[in-house]
Amino acid sequence: MINKKVANAEEAISDIKDGDTLMLGGFGLCGIPENCIAALVKKGIKNLTCISNNAGVDDFGIGLMLQQKQVKKMVSSYVGENAEFERQLLSGELDVELIPQGTLAFRCMAAGYGMPAIFTPAGIGTEVAIGKEVRNFNGKDYLLEKAFEANFAIVKAWKGDTAGNLIFKATSRNFNTVMAMAGKITIAEVEELVAPGELDPNQIHVPGVYIHRIFQGSDYEKRIEKKTVSK
Amino acid sequence: MLDKEAIAKRIAKEIQHNSYVNLGIGIPTLVANYIPKNIAVCFQSENGLLGMGPFPTEAEVDADLINAGKQTITMLPGAALFDSAMSFGMIHAQKIDLTILGAMEVSENGDIANWKIPGKMVKGMGGAMDLVASAKNIIVAMQHVNKDGESKLLPNCTLPLTGIRCVKKIVTELAVLAVLPEGGFKLLERAPGVSVETIKKATLGKLIIEGEIPEMVFD
Repeated sequence: MINKKVANAEEAISDIKDGDTLMLGGFGLCGIPENCIAALVKKGIKNLTCISNNAGVDDFGIGLMLQQKQVKKMVSSYVGENAEFERQLLSGELDVELIPQGTLAFRCMAAGYGMPAIFTPAGIGTEVAIGKEVRNFNGKDYLLEKAFEANFAIVKAWKGDTAGNLIFKATSRNFNTVMAMAGKITIAEVEELVAPGELDPNQIHVPGVYIHRIFQGSDYEKRIEKKTVSK
Repeated sequence: MLDKEAIAKRIAKEIQHNSYVNLGIGIPTLVANYIPKNIAVCFQSENGLLGMGPFPTEAEVDADLINAGKQTITMLPGAALFDSAMSFGMIHAQKIDLTILGAMEVSENGDIANWKIPGKMVKGMGGAMDLVASAKNIIVAMQHVNKDGESKLLPNCTLPLTGIRCVKKIVTELAVLAVLPEGGFKLLERAPGVSVETIKKATLGKLIIEGEIPEMVFD
């Protein structure tokens, strides 16, 4: 079986350079590639464009990259909960493109399915539609939204095998599957890396064909943004 | 005047048996606490879950299981997990029957603004633009006036729009109103003890009042 295994996050990200466009999986802090983010911060690459649903919190997730001023532009759907992000945005240090969450998912999906663009009704009649082609199908208006082009996609899965097959747990699947399919080069970090044959082919969420590098991460903090318990 | 819990309680009466429902952040989240026992409802969380259950006990907390408001949650028997593309796929394919969300402003033709205050607050639209563009039925839960006492039910929205001609009903601390297809807020119910006059004063958009307006009934 084709072997995608690399040693660690440092090796996985070794050819990411200043000015690259990265997709980063996760929703809030759930299912984010913690090991690769740490390695990117350590490497100190700058002027990155990051496509990610959220921008982390001040001291975790993509927030760590924002602290080091490594991000030139964020493409996200929701960026609340991050004071440093807001400061950089209002001061003009950071360029931000806010897009509807479904549009973010579909533009990843389009890239992973080899489709140049999709049509969505999200954003019709709003500032999101400015400058975009509108088409009417069956009496309803839709915006033309193009597939993303990202040099790298970085995702985090629960389990994976060295062939690159991935399985996700609970709601940590979120953007990880579609981003995994969308990167020109896709890096997957997993909590548990096993040999081919140890994962049930019936349960695979992303087939290894989409994955270029895989490694077993370590020391996952899995921080919870809003721990809420029933009384 | 209703408090937030009572607004949620009143909205819960709008939920149909055997329906799929997406609840936004804030008052809409509270609606789940007031679903009548005889109503079967399946809650969707747009980060990738159908069959969302109550908040977990301390022992059940799982960092990999959160709702779209990033709170820890649980799954009910029969729950299903999926990715963000499928989640918004089912929203745009109109498989979700009802969306309940908050708003900063609603216009008399059903436009909604709830994601940005230029120069002050930019948090982003999240999934709201998708939900309002495609849900079959959209109910807004919000305060009738803002902190400065200005009406949030307007002839036209002044803030950047989230979606156009989509809101069907509004429940506030003062009233239940339908947004008519031809435009205008039709007053359906008053909160207990609130006069039609009070609602008129708090509504800047076109208010349509026909006959006696009943008080809301809570079972």
